Amino acid sequence: MKNSKGWFWIFVGPVLLAFVIVVIVPMITGIYYSFTDWNGIGNDANWVGLKNYTKIFTEDKDFLNAFLFTAKFALVSLITINVIGFGLALLMTKDFKLTNFFRSIFFMPNMIGGLILGFVWQFIFTKGFDSLGKLLNWSFLRGWLADPTTGFWGLVILMSWQMSGYMMVIYIAAIENIPESSLEAAKIDGANAWQRLRYIIMPLVAPAFTVGLFLTLSNSFKLYDQNLSLTAGGPHNSTQMLAMNIYNTAFKFNKLGLAQAKAVIFLITVAVITLTQIYYSKRREVEM
Amino acid sequence: MEGKKKSKRGTLILTIFLAIIFLLPFYIVLTNSFKTQKGIFLNVTGLPFGKFFTLENYVNAFKELDFVHSFFNSLLITIVSTVLIVIFSSMAAWMLVRTKSKLSSFLYFLFAAAMLIPFQSVMLPLINLMGRIGFLNRGGLIFMYVGFGASLSIMLYHGFIKSIPVELEEAATIDGCNKFQIFWYIIFPMLKPITVTVSILNAMWIWNDFLLPQLVINRPESHTIPLKMFYFFGQHSKQWHLALAGLVIGMIPIIIFYILAQKHIIKGVTKGSIK
Repeated sequence: MKNSKGWFWIFVGPVLLAFVIVVIVPMITGIYYSFTDWNGIGNDANWVGLKNYTKIFTEDKDFLNAFLFTAKFALVSLITINVIGFGLALLMTKDFKLTNFFRSIFFMPNMIGGLILGFVWQFIFTKGFDSLGKLLNWSFLRGWLADPTTGFWGLVILMSWQMSGYMMVIYIAAIENIPESSLEAAKIDGANAWQRLRYIIMPLVAPAFTVGLFLTLSNSFKLYDQNLSLTAGGPHNSTQMLAMNIYNTAFKFNKLGLAQAKAVIFLITVAVITLTQIYYSKRREVEM
Repeated sequence: MEGKKKSKRGTLILTIFLAIIFLLPFYIVLTNSFKTQKGIFLNVTGLPFGKFFTLENYVNAFKELDFVHSFFNSLLITIVSTVLIVIFSSMAAWMLVRTKSKLSSFLYFLFAAAMLIPFQSVMLPLINLMGRIGFLNRGGLIFMYVGFGASLSIMLYHGFIKSIPVELEEAATIDGCNKFQIFWYIIFPMLKPITVTVSILNAMWIWNDFLLPQLVINRPESHTIPLKMFYFFGQHSKQWHLALAGLVIGMIPIIIFYILAQKHIIKGVTKGSIK
């Protein structure tokens, strides 16, 4: 037992080393770089104070657009993904044969990476929708992804298709944890299906909603792969999300200091939004 | 009774309908991947029959994706990273649970809090740092996965280990086992269920990851599947017949894995998110 300090570092040390080098050090140096004119060429970065930050808030229209687009996307997809996911979970917890088979189908899109899925849907929106539109003579199916509106909804559809199966799995676990007896009791007391859903299932599933909302929200804000492969931000950066804006600022325009200032704002935004959401959901869990 | 039967049938029909919608994108991509360029141009919704049917797309896409290479790169990176994450995270989590000190709780808090940090907010300084010390490509990538995978994995192990009674270890200590022996012979085998979860979550993430490999891997012969797919797609963006065959090839390994391990995968995802 004498050497317990030594053992502590032998066990914790390796992963801590990787973690510190990969997450903590870049996090701290990143904050420093956000106050400099770092351009990636050479190692000199001169202190410029708050210049990057004022530039972002006063001159950088693209960043503001990306911010608003991302927020709008996060809000809409948060609703669609969770509503569809919860609906699927309700369906999949009714006892009929083959539920396991259907669950696997609904979950399947999650297995495949966002980059590949974005390309898949690019084909469906541009070619598939187009020929269906011709076939049925529905003009709204034509020209998808060519303007900001269809680009936005294309992204929402893609993400709902990909992620609602994931939410379904989480909600199924929560629904299956509800004691059979409380549903039976409500039935005997004359509660109809809607009342049972509203006053028994939903409150008991509330903790899972906290998780589901957290995952969809943080995922939407950080989205990059699908954004890149579906629209690449186009047309004219109108469907560009935050992560892509940071990437382009850094690697297309070589303004790494500016990009890093955006990254810091991004970090604060994601942290504040997800923490706020968890706080409110937790409070509602108790009230419900 | 009659009404109940009817509603059951209604549920089933609705479910089948939804399942078809979910599978439709795969169906469309698969059928069109067997068509010639002209076949796709003329008709997207039909089946690939007659003179528009071809297997050549697959032959060409397979070659251009350098699929054997990129597949093994993806496999190697995913397996080595996952194994290292499992080993080092479980070790660390056990020590953090069993050590009652301020340092120990601070480190646990640090790992947990880092879950909130989005990758994009640290990527620029990280790549700069790793580039300067010359630690890029496959080795560097694996190292970075261990660092990024630590948070979630340690939290999952931490939660699981807390429920294991400490008496077992005390008995082993009296018998003269050192910490290594206690961990590997007694504790680690007991962690099996959570190890399956941790492995699946990390493997799925690493296999599909695109942005980090794009920033870190600068040798074409080290490209992973998503990376190859991106460049392949860039070259053939107007040639859907090739691109679609490439997409199908890229999806096949993970779908086979899903069919084989779906029970564990769905269980793992559930456990991983409840935390």
